[in-house]
Amino acid sequence: MAHRIVILGGGTGGTLVANRLQRRYGRQASITVIDRDDAHVYQPGLLFVPFGLTEAEEVVRPRHAQLRDGIDFRLAEVASVDIAAATVDLLDGERLGYDVLVIATGASLQPQETEGLSGPEWGSSIHTFYSLEGAIALRPALEAFEGGRLVVDIIDMPIKCPVAPLEFCFLADWQLRQRGLRDEVEITLVTPLDGAFTKPVASARLGALLEEKNIRVEAEFATGRVDALARTLHSWDEREISYDLLVAVPVHGGPTYIERSPALGDALGFVPTDRHTLQSKAAANVFVIGDASDVPTSKAGSVTHFEGETVVENIQRHLEGSELASTYDGHANCFIETGFHKALLIDFDYDTEPLPGRFPEPRLGPLALLSESRLNHLAKLAFQPLYWHVLLPGHDIPGVGAPFHPAARQPAGHRSGGPR
Amino acid sequence: MTTMTLAGTLVELDAEGFLVDAGQWNEQIAQEIAAGNGIEQLSDRHWQVINFMRKSYLETGSAPSIRSLGKTSGVPIKELYELFPKGPAKLAAKIGGIPKPRGCI
Repeated sequence: MAHRIVILGGGTGGTLVANRLQRRYGRQASITVIDRDDAHVYQPGLLFVPFGLTEAEEVVRPRHAQLRDGIDFRLAEVASVDIAAATVDLLDGERLGYDVLVIATGASLQPQETEGLSGPEWGSSIHTFYSLEGAIALRPALEAFEGGRLVVDIIDMPIKCPVAPLEFCFLADWQLRQRGLRDEVEITLVTPLDGAFTKPVASARLGALLEEKNIRVEAEFATGRVDALARTLHSWDEREISYDLLVAVPVHGGPTYIERSPALGDALGFVPTDRHTLQSKAAANVFVIGDASDVPTSKAGSVTHFEGETVVENIQRHLEGSELASTYDGHANCFIETGFHKALLIDFDYDTEPLPGRFPEPRLGPLALLSESRLNHLAKLAFQPLYWHVLLPGHDIPGVGAPFHPAARQPAGHRSGGPR
Repeated sequence: MTTMTLAGTLVELDAEGFLVDAGQWNEQIAQEIAAGNGIEQLSDRHWQVINFMRKSYLETGSAPSIRSLGKTSGVPIKELYELFPKGPAKLAAKIGGIPKPRGCI
């Protein structure tokens, strides 16, 4: 009998795992992908929408069209998962049994978790670019903004793509300079972290870049509430920041079905997952890919991509009854748009923080790590077609393998006085 | 990595002042780390948070973030900031002798 594989979520992780499994098993597996809508958003593109650098329709394609023939795509909302019975209940009343379940439902935005954030000012003086609707609504608001305090606020970690708020500041700086309005606007990045990024060397480099561009950083500010009428942010420890236009990154959590599923998720709705095998800690036949898990690396498309190989391999090993492979190493990389047709690139894993060097080939590159270049920017642009045509179908991207290669990075200890 | 004596015990600390080996921790060490970070006396409420963090770390291998502390420790976020100024999860982890919470990545 064919293996019954149910995949919750038809985004980056769900799609690439479905396609890889379908190629591996053919008719030996019945693969079902469940999602509540048929709009697959290329999330890295959301950053560009508010600045008119990408049109909204360019970043959305139908989910079903990204799946290989032979994969069953279902439009449905998940009610809950019963890991003891190995069943998924859908809101329409149907119950699906599975041999293997893949959780690929990502992280959801929860603006309602922060007092004052999602009230009547949402969409007028308070915005986000972390959703497609948000990014679309922010564009005219930015175009109409002619001066004052632009505040980008990371409410709390973890968030998807922790560098995107910095990139937003860089692109806002660039756009305002082009419009001749930069001197009229104060740009502030508000973050609960103690610096621009989570890892020391990259944080120092990015901090210097923000300073060069005259972007203020308000660090260790954990937003407790927003006073939308007074247009102020208030931290839990009673600090206050005023804004005229607020671009908020709402807190992230798991989707609500996780909460309704006994013993599956943690307090925030993420699924506890073995960081090397990507098997859930709740059940041996449940695997987790992408933002839905609690593994300690960035919530990012690159992570999801690199996890794919391990998830597919371990599903096969689980079905065969053999030992799982502990192959995922926390590898992540991100292009960071810095404006003016430039970008920088960071590459890291569980143990090695982002360091200067070359990528993907040590010493040869051609891409420079942790320093700005035009080529990095072009590579970021070139990635979008690769996403649809190579990554989602589950092919390998030449030169960009899943394992992290730390060779030829400069160890942090060899550098004195921070970045040059 | 530095080595120093806390409450009569030689312990190893990482660059940010977190205990390298959670097994070296004891309550006297906690008091000394707290004092070094501006908390003169650890109250019962402090201990409720510290013990909760240690327990979650030892059970799950990672320390909870502030948001999950607020949802699960029995101490609301507002009070966590009063008890452990600036970064409650970070400071409570440091005092509790466990690694820096990994939520912030």
